[in-house]
Amino acid sequence: MLDCTPKEPVPEGSHTIGKINPVKTCQPIGAMYAALGIHRCLPHSHGSQGCCSYHRMALSRHFHDPAMASTSSFTEGASVFGGAANLKTSIKNVFQIYDPDIIAVHTTCLSETIGDDIPAIIKQSEIPEGKYVIHCNTPSYDGSHVTGFSNMCKGIVNYLAEADDAPKKEQVNIFPGYVNPGDMREIQRIVTEMGIKSIMYPDTTNVMDSPMMKKYEMYPMGGAKIEDIKDSGNSKMTIALGAWSSAEAAAILQSKCKVQGVPLKIPIGVKATDEMIMALKDGFDVEVPLSLEIERGQVIDTLLDIHFQYEGKKVAVYGDPDIVIPLTELLITMGMIPKYIITGTNGKKFEQTINSMLEEAGIEGSKIKAEGDLFDLHQWIKEESVDLLIGNSHGKYIARAEDIPLVRVGFPVYDRAVHPLMPITGYRGCLRLIEMISNTLLDRRDHDALDQDYELIL
Amino acid sequence: MTLSKVDMDELMAPFPDKVVRNRKKHIVQKDCTESCQQIEANTRTVPGIITQRGCCYAGCKGVVVGPIKDMVTITHGPIGCAYYSWGTRRNKIRADDNTPAEDLYGAMCFSTDMQESDIVFGGEKKLAKMIDEIVGIFHPRAINICATCPIGLIGDDLGAVSKAAEERHGIQVLHYDCEGYKGVSQSAGHHIANNQIMEHIIGKGTDKVDGKYLVNFLGEYNIGGDAWEIEKLLEQIGYKIVSTLTGDSAYVNIRNMHQVHLNLVQCHRSINYIADMMETKYGTPWLKVNFIGIEATIESLRDIAQCFGDKDLIKRTEFVIEKELAAVTPEIERYKKICNGKSAFAFVGGSRSHHYQYLLRDLGMDVTVAGYEFAHRDDYEGREVIPTIKSDADSRNIPELHIEADQEMYEEPHIHLKMSKEKYDELVASGKLGNYEGMYPDMVDGGIMIDDANHYETEELIEIFKPDLIFTGIKDKYISHKMGVPSKQMHSYDYSGPYTCFRGAVTFAEDVANALSTPAWKMITPPWDKADIEGGE
Ligand code: SF4
Ligand code: SF4
Repeated sequence: MLDCTPKEPVPEGSHTIGKINPVKTCQPIGAMYAALGIHRCLPHSHGSQGCCSYHRMALSRHFHDPAMASTSSFTEGASVFGGAANLKTSIKNVFQIYDPDIIAVHTTCLSETIGDDIPAIIKQSEIPEGKYVIHCNTPSYDGSHVTGFSNMCKGIVNYLAEADDAPKKEQVNIFPGYVNPGDMREIQRIVTEMGIKSIMYPDTTNVMDSPMMKKYEMYPMGGAKIEDIKDSGNSKMTIALGAWSSAEAAAILQSKCKVQGVPLKIPIGVKATDEMIMALKDGFDVEVPLSLEIERGQVIDTLLDIHFQYEGKKVAVYGDPDIVIPLTELLITMGMIPKYIITGTNGKKFEQTINSMLEEAGIEGSKIKAEGDLFDLHQWIKEESVDLLIGNSHGKYIARAEDIPLVRVGFPVYDRAVHPLMPITGYRGCLRLIEMISNTLLDRRDHDALDQDYELIL
Repeated sequence: MTLSKVDMDELMAPFPDKVVRNRKKHIVQKDCTESCQQIEANTRTVPGIITQRGCCYAGCKGVVVGPIKDMVTITHGPIGCAYYSWGTRRNKIRADDNTPAEDLYGAMCFSTDMQESDIVFGGEKKLAKMIDEIVGIFHPRAINICATCPIGLIGDDLGAVSKAAEERHGIQVLHYDCEGYKGVSQSAGHHIANNQIMEHIIGKGTDKVDGKYLVNFLGEYNIGGDAWEIEKLLEQIGYKIVSTLTGDSAYVNIRNMHQVHLNLVQCHRSINYIADMMETKYGTPWLKVNFIGIEATIESLRDIAQCFGDKDLIKRTEFVIEKELAAVTPEIERYKKICNGKSAFAFVGGSRSHHYQYLLRDLGMDVTVAGYEFAHRDDYEGREVIPTIKSDADSRNIPELHIEADQEMYEEPHIHLKMSKEKYDELVASGKLGNYEGMYPDMVDGGIMIDDANHYETEELIEIFKPDLIFTGIKDKYISHKMGVPSKQMHSYDYSGPYTCFRGAVTFAEDVANALSTPAWKMITPPWDKADIEGGE
């Protein structure tokens, strides 16, 4: 496996240009995913039809569910003269044929390079009474799919959120970040458990993990309702989970509607979940219910009971920054050693944040890289191996080549199912992660053990 | 099976008038009493209609170029296109005598990952530097460069970058101007890839390939190991495959493809250009075959044997057919009991919707609606319509190579086949060589052929025809499920396969039977609702 890569690590500076086996993809897919989190929304990809097809395929493969979206289907003519006519025709056709409540347009690198003025085109389009067309720019040559997700969140706030003159309502907005529907559901459950009313968007629960019902609905029952999104301007506070995916949208909502935005990590691990709960407790002056204290206690109990199963093991983590940062924090909580930490997305904050976490924990000798790729990670592993890989499905080739077990977390996970329904967030998600990590290591131990070392109880 | 006439106006009721006028031409209902009606194909998709189509890059890199196992393929553009075409098509590869594992790049993804400054100032330098680094790290035998959407617009000259890199490194560096907006679908990309492979790789090899019956297998992508199954079968009879195009193919083998006696064509759409051009340049005759389906496989084997006309070969062919058939018939009969009388839709690509009709017929199933994403009229109506196909602004953008007979290497087709001119002429007269009759003749009476089907039409047709199973791609698979219809992915086989030849038919039959009968289909309605419906039984 991966025999084409050099046996010995390549010298520093051999791979400086482009990406070899990336840990990121382009903006539009993130925008499409975010847009699917609005009820009765049809995402629209303004560019050539290939991008839209690729994004829908990737989303469907990860979620095992339909990812509906339309495209402007640029041809060479459109790429020369601009795509205004294609977008106007698309908007007309989509409303007449598919009747969504809202179309969320995002761009591609083609329409961005051409420089199509989307707001101007939307203004000239026929939009039926009571329907909406919103947009965001998603130039693929900047940032990553996480940036695209954030940009669509910003677009949603820009177009839809409104504030009345009335005093702020005792409700919280949840910007969940680029996570699975199972996580969104779990995060909202925790907030509800605390007795706080919430509005969550994007909300892909019951859209990208939609149940099999007796009747097919092109627009599934889930997704944030437009009126709720509008009302988010009246909320007292926004918890913006994930600096890359949610913080900017919350900042816009704060300046547009004076809703206090609280930037937080995605609640993966005990600490990040604690922080979210504390922010809510302080913001709404509520008591943390016993039920959550029990859930937390179960996690701590488990950590104490089985720490020896994983403590001291070295881990390589890769994926999106908003997932990798709190995941690394959890690994430290577990007493593991995050040895290599890579994201494909850009941002200095990534390296800074991880470095200070490691420093605080007194862990030395780790390597951290933003805008890295799996070729980089593989080189590091060839220099010094690890006990475990944690990340998306693309790492499975390194896992096989270097004979390292892999725990699948993040986006995309193409080769396993059910994960989009199951949380890795909150205390319950934390238990699930501990279980996955521990079981994977124990399976490995069982598999490798000589007969005389093979034991019933571990 | 009798199928009622579909009222197209009713089907398209919610479409704006302009869309109705357009889409009506893309749907044909077969009427046995009439000759083949014309279908419109390979024209622009209606914006916003929710098409299944992909782009030129997907056809070039994803379908044709990407599977060549010993070439590094660099996608020049922002990260996405390379990323989505990385490991997402099941064209399996393996090491062999000519290509050790160190030369396999199938698990790799190379992207120049263009940034804003590259879009503004051009990406040529970045590409050149990346080629240098890749040569330094991997030492590949040859490199492909595939362009994505913005490249044409910013004016990067891939030809110049490639040429300079060839001079620097002494290996071939081919470039493909396959920007996503070119043409109207993946099809444009197939053509662009065919042109470059024909012009720059085929015929460049000088190693003599030995063998009495040398063939190439064109338009076979080794999804799920399909090509390996075919190779095993053909080798039993005495043929040697010099190269496939492009499943599990190697640059080093493609260079020697011109030495074969006969080209076999599986997927006509994606590769017919090379079959044609090789005939012009080298005199190599080509034969359309189909190894999907037992009857189809048998017919193809017999046709190939007839092309050489050798008595021993014909005898060995019959022997192998008999042996293989005996081995699979009992199993097929078992699955046929589950499948018989069921109907299916097939929406895929540019040839599978036709090929799988044979295999389904082996199981007693009929295809009532068959659609292509990116076919041309000849794939529906047969090659005789090619001279009547009008070119348009989109198709004119795809360059045609002007090929002439090679002065040294051209040989008359009958010499390739080692037969007399008279015998060869008889073979041509039988209509088999260099011909493809398209999907229409194999459609059931009343069956629908649909080009570039969109979501709305698909949903409506499901309502009308109520198929038992839908063969489609990942974008539609789960829609089909949510509509209560089992679905199999025809691009990835839902990670099963191979489906070719005799053994493959059994695997397919088992998968289809499982899809139809998995117990959960009976559990969709919860018991509390059932009580209501069935009157509290
Ligand atoms: S990188 Fe650009 S052309 Fe490629 S898929 Fe993304 S948006 Fe489309
Ligand atoms: S099956 Fe489809 S995608 Fe594959 S080669 Fe044929 S037409 Fe192309």
